[in-house]
Amino acid sequence: MCRTGRQTDPADPHPDTRTDTDPDTAAGTDTDTGTDVEADSGKASNAAFAALLEDSAEDLYESAPCGYLSMLMDGTIAKINTTLLDWLGLDREAVVGRMRFTDLLTVGGKLYHETHFAPLLRMQGRIGGIALEMKQADGARMPVLVSSVVKYGGGGEPLLIRTTVFDARDRRAYEEELLRGRKAAEEARRQAEADRARLQEALAVLQQSLLPATLPPVPGMETAAHYFTASPDRLGGDFYDVFPVDGKRFAFFLGDVCGKGPQAAAVTSLTRYTLRAAALHDSEPVAALSTLNKVLHERYSAGGDPRYCTAVFGVLEPDPATGQVTVRIASGGHPPALVLRADGTADFLPTPGGLLVGVLPDARFVAATTVLAPGDTLLLYTDGLTEARTGEDRDTLYGDEALRAFATEHAGRRPQAVIQALTGLLDEFGDGLDDDTALLALGVPASDPVPDPDPDPATKSTR
Amino acid sequence: MRFGKLVGMDIARRNNVTVTGNPQGPTVVLAHGFGCDQNMWRLTVPALSERYRVVMFDYVGSGRSDLSAFSEARYSSLDGYARDVVEVCEALDLRDAVFVGHSVSAMIGVLAADLAPERIGALVMVAPSPRYIDDADYRGGFSAPDIDELLTSLESNYLGWSAAMAPVIMGNPERPELGDELKNSFCATDPDMARVFARTTFLSDSRDDLKSVRVPTLVLECTQDAIAPREVGAFVQRSIPGSTLITLDAIGHCPHLSAPEATNEAITGFLAGLR
Repeated sequence: MCRTGRQTDPADPHPDTRTDTDPDTAAGTDTDTGTDVEADSGKASNAAFAALLEDSAEDLYESAPCGYLSMLMDGTIAKINTTLLDWLGLDREAVVGRMRFTDLLTVGGKLYHETHFAPLLRMQGRIGGIALEMKQADGARMPVLVSSVVKYGGGGEPLLIRTTVFDARDRRAYEEELLRGRKAAEEARRQAEADRARLQEALAVLQQSLLPATLPPVPGMETAAHYFTASPDRLGGDFYDVFPVDGKRFAFFLGDVCGKGPQAAAVTSLTRYTLRAAALHDSEPVAALSTLNKVLHERYSAGGDPRYCTAVFGVLEPDPATGQVTVRIASGGHPPALVLRADGTADFLPTPGGLLVGVLPDARFVAATTVLAPGDTLLLYTDGLTEARTGEDRDTLYGDEALRAFATEHAGRRPQAVIQALTGLLDEFGDGLDDDTALLALGVPASDPVPDPDPDPATKSTR
Repeated sequence: MRFGKLVGMDIARRNNVTVTGNPQGPTVVLAHGFGCDQNMWRLTVPALSERYRVVMFDYVGSGRSDLSAFSEARYSSLDGYARDVVEVCEALDLRDAVFVGHSVSAMIGVLAADLAPERIGALVMVAPSPRYIDDADYRGGFSAPDIDELLTSLESNYLGWSAAMAPVIMGNPERPELGDELKNSFCATDPDMARVFARTTFLSDSRDDLKSVRVPTLVLECTQDAIAPREVGAFVQRSIPGSTLITLDAIGHCPHLSAPEATNEAITGFLAGLR
C-alpha cells in the first residue's frame, strides 16, 4: 500500500476527500478509512512521490523486473511483457500469436520442457524455479529461472498458462562454478580409486613374491603354514619358505623383519632370496644365517637406516629307512621352535646366543639338532603370536608358556591340524593380534611314513 | 511355487508395480518414458479401468522404484529397461498383454516383445522415436550437441531431489502427509540415474529393431511434437509391418496429458479391435 500516513487536517471540511493520486483509490480498494488528507505543506512532495508510484497495472506488467508471459494451453504465446522482449531482443509482433513458449528455449531446454516441465505443469497445475536457457536474438543464451501456473476456468478446465521468467545469469555462472568443482572432485575421486586399485594389484604381486605360493612336497613329511598380515596394504614383514637343496635334503626358514609395510617388505625380499641362494651354496644353518647377516649389514648399516631381522633357518634330512627326519636348526634372535612329540608333550628347542641378523658385522649363531620321529611336528612361529594382546583390556601378552601349553594340547596331531588350531587361536585374538604372524609346521605323519596323501598340505591365508 | 511368488513380490516392489482396473479383463501395461513416472498415466487409467486390468510400474531409477537396484551397466542400454518390462510381466505371469509405452518406452516395448514374445501380444507406441539424432537421410530432429544440452539441463534442475529427500520420495507411499513435500516428485530422479536414462534414451538407435515387431501395433503421434517430429512417426509406421498410425490433434510430447480424450479414444479403439 502507498499510504502517505498524513494526519487528518482538522481544517479540512471534507475529511472523506481522497487525494487524486492515491493509488489505492485508483485501484478502487475500499480499505481507506478516509482520514488521511493532505496537509498543504506536504502536498507538493507527496504529489511527486505519488507520481513516482503512478504505476498503471500495465506499466507494472510491462516494465516488471522479471519477464512475464501468458500462453494458451498449446504453448502459443498470447501476451509477453517488454522486459522479456528486451532480454530476448524480439519484437512483440514476431512473438504474440506466432511463437510457442518452447520456441524461446534452447534445444536442451526444449527437451527438458517436454520431458519434465510440461508434464509436471499439467499434473500439478504449477511448477516453480525451473532452470532453463532462452535463446536471444543475437544467438546468445540467457539462463533463466521459470515458474508457471495454470489458470483454470469455472468448470475446472485449464484455460491458459502464466509464466514468470527471472534473469539467472549471475546465479547460473555461480552454479556452473559449483558444478565444475563437483565434477573435478568426482574426477579426482575416480582417479584416486583407480590408482588405489592399481597400487593394490601391484602390492599383491609383490607380496606373492615374498611367500611361497604352495609348499613343495617333502618326502616322508607333511607341511602346513599360515600367514597373517596386520598391514592394510597387505605387505608383511614376516616370511617363511621350504625348498629342496639337493636330492634328499630340504631347507626351511621363518623369520620376522623389524617394522611393517613396504619398508619391511623390501628387507623381507632381500632376506628371502639371500637365504635361498646361500642355502644352495652352503646349506649348513649357521653358514646361511652368517651370509644373510653380512648381506643385511652391508646393505643397510651404512645408510644410517639399519635394518635387521630375526630368523630360524634349518635343514631337513629324511631317512627313508627309519621314517625319521633329522633337523639341524640355527636361530638368529628368533623365538625358539617348538617340538610337538607323538607322546603328547611339547617343548622348546633351545638355540641360545643367536644374535639379531644384520646388526653386527660379524654375528654369532648357534645350531641345534633334533630328530623328528613319526607323530612329531616342528612348529615355527613369529612373535606376532606370542605377543598378541589378550584379556578384556588387551593388556596381557599371550606369552611363551601359554603357547607351549596350547601346543601340548595338540601334540601328536598332524601339522595341518596344528596349524588349523593355531589359526583358530589367532581368530580368537581379534584386534589383540596387531602384528604380522607367520606359522610353519613340519611333521612326520604318525601312521604312515610315506608322503601325506592330503592334496592340500599347506594352508596360507591373510586376513 | 512359493519361491516364485517371493521373486514376483520382489520385482513388484523394485519396480513399484501397481495393478488396478478390472481383474477379469485383458491386461494393459502402461509404461512411462524418460522424465517422470507412472503418474503420467493418471488421465488414461479411468478410460481403461472398467474393461481392462491396468498394470503400471516405474523403471528402476525412476519414480518410486528401488533405487538400490540401479546399475549403470544394466541401464546403459535399452535392453536393461526391456528386462525390467519382461521381469514385471513374468512376476505377474502376464500372457499376451497389451504394452502401451510412451516415448522411449515405446521402443523398450519393442525390445521386450522380442525378448518375451509370449508375454506381449500387442503394442501401442505413444510418440515413439527409434533414433533422436539425425543420421544421413534420417531426420530424428536432434544433433549430438543438443543431447549434451539436455544433460546440462538435467544437472541444473533437481526438481526437489536431494539426498535428504530421496528416501521420502522413494519409500513412503503410505504417508500422505508428505504430499506437500513431494511436490515435483513425479519427476524427481536421482541426477546420476536420470543422466544415465537420458543418455541411454537419446543416444539409442533402435531403427533396426522395428522390423522384428510381429504383433499388432498402433503408433500414436502428435501434430506438433518437439521430441518426435511427424517424419519419425511415419518412419516407425513404415518400418513395422501392418502397423497403424494415428496422428492426434495434440501439441507437445505427452498427448496422454495434453489431449487425453483423443489419446484414450485411439487406445480403446485399438484394444477393442484386438480380439
